[in-house]
Amino acid sequence: MKIKIFYFARLKETLKFSSEDLELADDAFANTLTLLKLKAYLANRNETWQQMLMGKLKVRGAINHELVDDNATIVDGDEVAFFPPVTGG
Amino acid sequence: MTVRVQIQDFDAGLEINLLRNARKDAGAVVSFIGQVRDLNEGDAVSKLTLEHYPGMTEKALEAIVKLAQSRWDIFDTVIIHRIGSLQPADQIVLVAVSSAHRGEAFKACEFIMDYLKTEAPFWKKEQTSTGERWVEAKITDEDARERWKK
Repeated sequence: MKIKIFYFARLKETLKFSSEDLELADDAFANTLTLLKLKAYLANRNETWQQMLMGKLKVRGAINHELVDDNATIVDGDEVAFFPPVTGG
Repeated sequence: MTVRVQIQDFDAGLEINLLRNARKDAGAVVSFIGQVRDLNEGDAVSKLTLEHYPGMTEKALEAIVKLAQSRWDIFDTVIIHRIGSLQPADQIVLVAVSSAHRGEAFKACEFIMDYLKTEAPFWKKEQTSTGERWVEAKITDEDARERWKK
């Protein structure tokens, strides 16, 4: 399946990625890709990714522009985003 | 409902007048303006840069207004939030709400701000004398939102 991932604020700056298109084998995640599984998959890239996505920093996630928790399911064509807790206003 | 995310400044007086004139049965317009402080966490701030998630931001703000509409009998709402590079005393955000009487508008305006602070995808980076840093989310902002759930 194909998904698009966006990164914002500290994550974007540190990972040096603002977005990426990711193609994953359909059977790679026991048929259900959750936000947590995607985080763990990306964290596997290297130490920086590990720190930013699975470290001490709080990371929030969105699927198709909706804030979701780690158990949310990602399907083909979804737009996923990772970012720190928001600080607007 | 008006929701705008923009780089340019806004005229709060003009926006409030538009809201006032749109409804002759409105007896109250409550507004909030957030502006850039020149001090944060004990350090002088010379510049603030605001980033957001285009597409999600507008949807999140509209969802917050709808939530406020479901709780209070409010007539109309304006939210304008700026992005980009701002200086101390620059306006960041305007929230204005009209209703028949003041109670509903006061509550809805505060509710919208409390949710905006914790759920709308904006991030601030500030320039201080010691360099640039991302502004950290505050637990007091989470608490402010949570009290509406009680």
